[in-house]
Amino acid sequence: MIDTTSPAARATGGATSTPELEIVPVRNHGRWIAAVASLLALVGLIGSLAKNDNLRWDVVGDYLFADLIFDGLATTLWLTAAAMVLGLALGTLIAVMRLSSSPVLYGLANAFVWVFRGTPLLVQIIFWGYAAALYKYVKIGIPFTDVTFFQAETNALLTPAIAALLALGLNEAAYASEIVRAGIQSVDPGQAEAAHSLGMRPALTMRRIVLPQAMRVIIPPMGNETINMLKMTALVSVISAHDLMSNIQDVYAQNYQVIPMLVVASIWYLALVTLLGVPQAWLERRYGRGTTRAGHASPFRRLLGGTTERLGKKNKERNR
Amino acid sequence: MSTPMVRAEGVRKHFGRLDVLKGIDLTVERGQVCCLLGPSGSGKSTFLRCINHLEKVDGGRLTVDGELVGHRQQGNRLHELREREVAARRRDIGMVFQRFNLFPHMTALENVTEAPVKVGGASKADAREQAQLLLEQVGLGDRAHHYPAQLSGGQQQRVAIARALAMRPKLMLFDEPTSALDPELVGDVLDVMRQLAADGMTMVVVTHEIGFAREVGDTAVFMDEGVVVEAGDPRRVLVDPEQERTRAFLSKVL
Repeated sequence: MIDTTSPAARATGGATSTPELEIVPVRNHGRWIAAVASLLALVGLIGSLAKNDNLRWDVVGDYLFADLIFDGLATTLWLTAAAMVLGLALGTLIAVMRLSSSPVLYGLANAFVWVFRGTPLLVQIIFWGYAAALYKYVKIGIPFTDVTFFQAETNALLTPAIAALLALGLNEAAYASEIVRAGIQSVDPGQAEAAHSLGMRPALTMRRIVLPQAMRVIIPPMGNETINMLKMTALVSVISAHDLMSNIQDVYAQNYQVIPMLVVASIWYLALVTLLGVPQAWLERRYGRGTTRAGHASPFRRLLGGTTERLGKKNKERNR
Repeated sequence: MSTPMVRAEGVRKHFGRLDVLKGIDLTVERGQVCCLLGPSGSGKSTFLRCINHLEKVDGGRLTVDGELVGHRQQGNRLHELREREVAARRRDIGMVFQRFNLFPHMTALENVTEAPVKVGGASKADAREQAQLLLEQVGLGDRAHHYPAQLSGGQQQRVAIARALAMRPKLMLFDEPTSALDPELVGDVLDVMRQLAADGMTMVVVTHEIGFAREVGDTAVFMDEGVVVEAGDPRRVLVDPEQERTRAFLSKVL
């Protein structure tokens, strides 16, 4: 351990004539025992996995970079991105509706959230996958008349991928609307008043003043939602939307190597989730402007700045 | 005689069952400084907010520079204006808040340039140049690139004044501009307001600074429980008031 106390103690000891006293930190025996025990358990687990022949690392290696897996990854990625965009756009609209003073808009938005948050996502995915059983044709026209602008077979429109996108996007919208609403409500009403007093219109006020501040509250939970979404796309394998999980299932249905194939899937999901942390950190910094007195340095520079500052402080104390 | 800058005739306002303003009559002439004083809950801040339609008036007539702010008169009816139209009329009325309400995600300079660029249609370069001048005018030329969180309360309030001035308003409203400040920071803000008054700006100031009202105010208006109790020359109203209520208030705050 580096002793951080003695320079200061020495400095004060030099200034006054009190005898130098050594400070003895508390010894946490329990903490040491717990650390050793848990490390032993981990080593044991890794050892047993390494010795286990049923975990076929050769199969993992064969499939980790297979074309089929990359096809699935591409679907998973665009499905995640598209569902999040749909969810955030629709969710923002619903959030604004819920904050509206019109009882009709408020009620409709509430009903939407009630339905899509209140039923299991798996049910919603299967529902959209089999929607053709409910409506054979999709028609757009004037209700209760024969006027039709557009007509198509449901099965032609609702491919498994589109059904998956709808299910994930609509479900996400229900959750995103709550997050966006909380974000908007977290902004001091005085901000909108100040903007109005400068002659800014409500839409401009929302875009330039309220939403940028709400973003600070919205981004961390939306980051969570994105990570969740990435993993929830695995559920659309039930309507074979050809995402990563669907393709993994196709493989192990043929070669029966269930566990190794799940390891392949897990490695990729873990890698993608780890990568998602980068844009989130960037966004948090972008919208965190003006919140700290220290200004805004990048996480890397903050780390460096923090240590140099601490070192500088220590030196100053030493020089006293 | 030109039209007064602010004319209130029988202005009424209620929140639910509570009558906050019970018929306010008030005139502020061009270039004058009108100070509104009174105990909390007397309706002075509400009246100030009615002037730029942050609060909707429930009755009476309130004009700024001869024009209704939140309504359009047709015969005997007052039609409420759309937000867009209200926003256009508010551009000429600057407002400074008790809690500053600076935009925390923008630097001092960006706070000042926001409205001229986005509402006034000024070019970014022009707005910056003007904002820098305004910040220097309030003594903060070297703080242009600081965020509000990096400024003291007094500095924030002076940026807020510069922000309001950037729209070149013909009327400035101040809602207890020094009430949220440490005592030692009050002076800087009052100095800026004093200079503004000396430059001929029409100002309506809700304040508890009796000294400022006496020195800078052209009229002092004492309000209590939603009515104007007494109005006139501040050197009379705030020194030797006619009404017992005013006298009681002054004896408590002085």
